[in-house]
Amino acid sequence: MDMVKRAFESDLFWSFRHSPVAIISFVVAVTLILAAVFAPLLAPYNPFDPGSLNLMNGFSQPMVPNALTGDSFLMGADDQGRDVFSTILYGMRISLFVGFAAVIFALVIGIILGLTSAYAGGRVEAIIMRIADVQLTFPSILVAMLVFGIAKGFTPVHLRDQMAIWVLIVSIGLSDWVQFARVVRGAALVEKKKEYVEAAILIGRGPLGIVFRHILPNVLSPVLVIATISLALAIIAEATLSFLGVGAPPTEPSLGTLIRIGQGYLFSGEWWILFFPAMTLLMLALSVNLLGDWLRDALNPKLDD
Amino acid sequence: MALLDIKNMRVEFPGRHGVFTSVNDVSLYVNEGEILGLVGESGAGKSTIGNAVMGLLQAPGRMSEGEVRLNGERIDQLSEIDMRSIRGKRIGMIFQDPMTSLNPIETIEFQLVETILAHLDVSMSEARKRAVELLEQVGIPEASVRIKQYPHQFSGGMRQRVVIALALCVEPELIIADEPTTALDVTIQAQILQLIKDMCKSRKLGVILVTHDMGVIAETADRVAVMYRGRLIELGDTSQIMNAPKEAYTQSLIAAVPPSNKKIDRFPKVAIAESDGSALQDFDLQSHWLGRGSAYETSSGSLLEVRSLRKQFLIKGAIRPSNRKYLDAIKDISFDVKAGETFGLVGESGSGKSTVARVITGIYPATGGEMEFDGHDLINTKNAKEKQQVRQDIQMVFQDPYSSLNGRMKIGAIVAEPMFVNKLAENGKERREIVADLLELVGLGKDAARKYPHEFSGGQRQRISIARALATRPRFLICDEPTSALDVSIQAQILNLLKDLQDQLKLTLLFISHDLPVIRQMCDRVGVMRFGDLVEVSETEALFEHPQHSYTQTLIGRMPRFAK
Repeated sequence: MDMVKRAFESDLFWSFRHSPVAIISFVVAVTLILAAVFAPLLAPYNPFDPGSLNLMNGFSQPMVPNALTGDSFLMGADDQGRDVFSTILYGMRISLFVGFAAVIFALVIGIILGLTSAYAGGRVEAIIMRIADVQLTFPSILVAMLVFGIAKGFTPVHLRDQMAIWVLIVSIGLSDWVQFARVVRGAALVEKKKEYVEAAILIGRGPLGIVFRHILPNVLSPVLVIATISLALAIIAEATLSFLGVGAPPTEPSLGTLIRIGQGYLFSGEWWILFFPAMTLLMLALSVNLLGDWLRDALNPKLDD
Repeated sequence: MALLDIKNMRVEFPGRHGVFTSVNDVSLYVNEGEILGLVGESGAGKSTIGNAVMGLLQAPGRMSEGEVRLNGERIDQLSEIDMRSIRGKRIGMIFQDPMTSLNPIETIEFQLVETILAHLDVSMSEARKRAVELLEQVGIPEASVRIKQYPHQFSGGMRQRVVIALALCVEPELIIADEPTTALDVTIQAQILQLIKDMCKSRKLGVILVTHDMGVIAETADRVAVMYRGRLIELGDTSQIMNAPKEAYTQSLIAAVPPSNKKIDRFPKVAIAESDGSALQDFDLQSHWLGRGSAYETSSGSLLEVRSLRKQFLIKGAIRPSNRKYLDAIKDISFDVKAGETFGLVGESGSGKSTVARVITGIYPATGGEMEFDGHDLINTKNAKEKQQVRQDIQMVFQDPYSSLNGRMKIGAIVAEPMFVNKLAENGKERREIVADLLELVGLGKDAARKYPHEFSGGQRQRISIARALATRPRFLICDEPTSALDVSIQAQILNLLKDLQDQLKLTLLFISHDLPVIRQMCDRVGVMRFGDLVEVSETEALFEHPQHSYTQTLIGRMPRFAK
């Protein structure tokens, strides 16, 4: 109860209540996330169950009953007769899962390497940060494709579709850790010079205790900001990879896969197959991004007074 | 008619928690050729008055009532454009940090000439000539050469002289000096104050000198206005305020200033801003956890012996050792600290006194020399257990109360951590009891354990810092400028607390400060440091009455006199 009360009285919550952009993007993001989580309850069809599909429903228009079967679809059906609304709900689950998992993966690697280089300094710092610099010279999508390609080479053929999601997570995460490591290192270098760290040395705390008990909690706010913005980027990266055909398989489509399928029909009149997944991706990425922007401003100590 | 006349000024800052009144119904005036000292502790609203006069209140702050007249003409209702012709032209300003008022990428000449041309109707060559003259007047040697230099090529004191020249270059009628010497060493401070005084008299300027330092006021101001929480408490001649203050607040404020001419036992009546609820009287040390263990055997010899200690910092790395550059922070110093005494280290910024503290505690490794603490070799000990044992005995109270506490931990966890790390308590319950006792001991009360550091003021945080240091049952406490970030009344409380704790717990103190009067109040013996050397060590009274070394004589001569 105490925690809840503190949260509602905090400056962060105050700033949230006074930012319409933050409130709207929060509502949109939470609605989309909840819709994805409860997809099995909300979706009228299960698009992953081939048995329930009827090819006769292919290319049904939105809200118009199919002339052959009489079935009606909210957002129409794709070439295989899958309900676009249902595939979006299920696809968002994959997109969000990959996004969150990739960010957490990048975050853990970034925090550990960032803290290590800041605290150890010297040669360790030089090596870690040079690796980061080198990686920054490649576009992250290229790194992700490289990792994806190598991982695919090592996975047995019959496991490929199952492993695809995990390979996606690792490849996006590995292309993303650099910014976490840099920000954590920068913030930790500032914290390391503060007197409370000296006090911790004096009372006999070892390096691990100092780094994780004292420095880490004090560098988390910038990490939180980057994590939010990275989430949007990871979702987009996943969509890009899937769009290029190196991501989620067509049998379990993510938003990116749906857009890839849809783009073939855009100019032949079946616009809904592309339009609805693309709009969902846009709303998801935009709302998360705007939340990240607001968080960055709200946590900026310069704006306190 | 007064040069500047402020009537019933009220300044408000609307914010999330309602409207905060920073200045409340203040009326005062400044005459030509007069220095008005505006004194008060932090949050008293003294800087806000200066900013309100200049029209520089930070949004959403506003002057909601009252009027400001410069030579009879109202200036508080002027538009921003009209105000610009007054700001810098008729009212000059000198800030605490000279670096923020000078542009680092332009020469001094450019900045002076630019300002002169903007406000006065003179030619380029006249403006140049004038700039050089001004620099000479504020005491910059070889002004015609140095005017071509950039701000970073000047020392702190010289930079402040340049800022004064910049403020004077357009012949203002009034100067607002906001803590002009707070960032400067004591020897430089005296020179700058003298300069402000001379300029005020010779040019018939009105000066508002905003400061927290009673010593500065006593030396410089003609009249004094004492502020407390936005209100003007007392206004009068300097000698009257200093010697016969009428209001209770002024009396206690002056009582809290450490006298430079004699040693007093305790500071009287210092509970103004915060209560001073120390619970030392009813505390039985013998039966308490703090008194257990071998910690408090009194021995008469030296507790700490420092022999030929050296410390170098690498300032330029290179692969070949001969290309590396080092800074000698400590050059070969030796001293003893006797058990139970307070040994003081005094010196100006950069003299290496804080480095000494960090080498003794082991935060920085020593470059050379020997240190012995109670028979343990502090430098060559490799045995980790023995090292930690000694480390427990030596604790430190830091300078900055804001960065010395981890803001993400509750006070209870901060104070309990030393016991937890060193396994000094049986279990969590005992730890919590000891934490409660320690917090009572430093005068905070046990409820403080459930709060976070940001809920406390600077002085209270310094008490927490002391409680944390005591939680290892140390014998030797190093205080590195423990009060330099605090207001004078809070400083008196903390100094009282340190004295009481020393008596009760038989602590040995190493007290580091740049503030000579504070050193005089606290220390039994004093070492004077300069550029990494220990130039003189002597008994406190002997040092202040008969300084031997020429540098010590200069230091003591320049110290602001505040006799009671």
